[in-house]
Amino acid sequence: MDKFTTLTGIAAPMPLVNIDTDMIIPKLFLKTIQRSGLGKNLFDEMRYDRQGNEIPDFVLNKPQYRQAEIIVAGDNFGCGSSREHAPWALLDFGIRCVISTSFADIFYNNCFKNGILPVVLPPEAVNYLMDDAANGANARITVDLENQTVTASDGKSFGFDIDPFKKHCLMNGLDDIGLSLEKVSSIDAYEEKQKTQFPWL
Amino acid sequence: MTAPKTLYDKIWDAHVVDRSDDGTCLLYIDRHLVHEVTSPQAFEGLRMANRPVRAPGKTIAVPDHNVPTTADRVNGIENEESRIQVEALDKNAKDFGIVYYPVSDIRQGIVHIVGPEQGWTLPGMTVVCGDSHTATHGAFGALAHGIGTSEVEHVLATQTLIQTKSKNMKVEITGKLKPGVTAKDITLAVIGKTGTAGGTGHVIEYCGEAIRALSMEGRMTVCNMAIEGGARAGLIAPDETTFDYVKGRPHAPKGAAWEAAMAWWKTLYTDEGAHFDKVITLRGEDIEPVVTWGTSPEDVLPISAKVPAAGDFTGGKVGAAQRSLDYMGLTPGMKLTDIKIDAVFIGSCTNGRIEDLRAAAAVLKGRKIADGVRCMVVPGSGLVRAQAEEEGLAQIFIDAGAEWRMAGCSMCLAMNPDQLAPEERCASTSNRNFEGRQGYKGRTHLMSPAMAAAAAVTGHLTDVRELSAETV
Repeated sequence: MDKFTTLTGIAAPMPLVNIDTDMIIPKLFLKTIQRSGLGKNLFDEMRYDRQGNEIPDFVLNKPQYRQAEIIVAGDNFGCGSSREHAPWALLDFGIRCVISTSFADIFYNNCFKNGILPVVLPPEAVNYLMDDAANGANARITVDLENQTVTASDGKSFGFDIDPFKKHCLMNGLDDIGLSLEKVSSIDAYEEKQKTQFPWL
Repeated sequence: MTAPKTLYDKIWDAHVVDRSDDGTCLLYIDRHLVHEVTSPQAFEGLRMANRPVRAPGKTIAVPDHNVPTTADRVNGIENEESRIQVEALDKNAKDFGIVYYPVSDIRQGIVHIVGPEQGWTLPGMTVVCGDSHTATHGAFGALAHGIGTSEVEHVLATQTLIQTKSKNMKVEITGKLKPGVTAKDITLAVIGKTGTAGGTGHVIEYCGEAIRALSMEGRMTVCNMAIEGGARAGLIAPDETTFDYVKGRPHAPKGAAWEAAMAWWKTLYTDEGAHFDKVITLRGEDIEPVVTWGTSPEDVLPISAKVPAAGDFTGGKVGAAQRSLDYMGLTPGMKLTDIKIDAVFIGSCTNGRIEDLRAAAAVLKGRKIADGVRCMVVPGSGLVRAQAEEEGLAQIFIDAGAEWRMAGCSMCLAMNPDQLAPEERCASTSNRNFEGRQGYKGRTHLMSPAMAAAAAVTGHLTDVRELSAETV
């Protein structure tokens, strides 16, 4: 997993609320047995018509947002299915950070497993950044994980909260499984205890 | 004396393997359910790192999302990508020694129906699956939630998950439901009230007289859609209804093990005075048969209502509502019962159990599907299918003109060939009405099995309670 420290990039505004994982990556593309290659189908049904032509007014098809690395989105981004194909598709497109007022739990967790930073900010801050993002490629937003700030192109800065463990893993690109396996003696001990306490399991 | 605990607190505490100073816990997972769509990359990750599955006996795999629901599926899956994905699960289950129900096995079905049916789901357990509707298993008083593929790999390798504890939320349904109102109406009505983000960061415990009165099938329907309310999981404290359902299932404990299990299971309730961070109360008597009109499960209205206008909402919902109205092809102010449908889907992990089929069959008995309407009935498992045939339900569906299919997820998410055509409108017993969910540009109205069956008969959204007068 790639580390995430700081990022300065173009932010695409997506003010729609409840952007669900079926929108982010429709089920048609869940049949892959790979993690890579989903970027071209990110937001597929919003991005292309039935013949596969780009829909020009969809934000990521506009020239100024084609290189976006950040999405500023409406409330409850990533609701719906547990499909990790959603962050895989975002990452494969080049998105490393999503900013919203709230995220669905499973999507939020999935982001951290893939080097994507989901940032939760209050509505005023998200609105401010949404307006900034609407300025297109001239407006570069800076996300600083270490200092937990998002800075708009005019220098206005917003602080955000993040779980310290998740921050640590993301900043260092750590593999969760490796970390948990360091605690294998605790897992062994739990299983032994469970055999007596819950013998039916 | 220890502080009073919620049911969630009790299950959580019993599964903590390790706790860090910052509160992050390593939580032990008792049961891991696996299907073909969200697992191939996880197994590949294990192979790359040369890691085994830590507890293959606690891991159950079944293909469900991709499988066709036509009888000719025994000859193989035509769609190449779907076939490769199912074959990958065949191979992974074999290579890693996991319990497996292949397509050819009568016990095959939707993972969330197979788990409880086989007794793999028990009260007090932690249950996970790479599928958001894992919340279903909370009906047993099991802490059950969906996870992503990286977490699937984590559970396969360690039998644990790194977790921080969610908040406690209580959803109480008091009193009794009126005739014609079902578990699906409860769960949709709750989402209608809280919104799809209302449960974010919380584990919901459903309680109250109306919940207690539900069968296990109904409780599974309620918990199944906890995720649609944004909650991490939904829970219902186990009681005699639960124990009666579990007892005698193939993988339920037997003899002395049953007695030992019961001793613990009977302690699985929220203590008097335990703290909930959020409380929602609905009166059972106030719940009507409901349907969704838009493209979010929170777009819930009683069947007697009219299609809203975007201006009826505030904030970001105004734009979303307008987008929904355009997508759904609806005019504000029209009666919901005037919405004509092209298709009916009865099935899914929300409503694909025997009781759901009984409810639909009760409406369809002696009636015909309306002209021009296609009605698909997809049992949740091969065993549900067999039971429905034995009870004569299958014949009722066939006589009414419905398609009687093999078990799988089918048109709930339309990964297999069961899909809506663009702008086709479906009365569906599934769980999501998202854009494109049941097929590109397809239009979904969520409702109970009885309501879906009623719509099948009339060809438009219908209050099932008024059906007799209209058609007889």
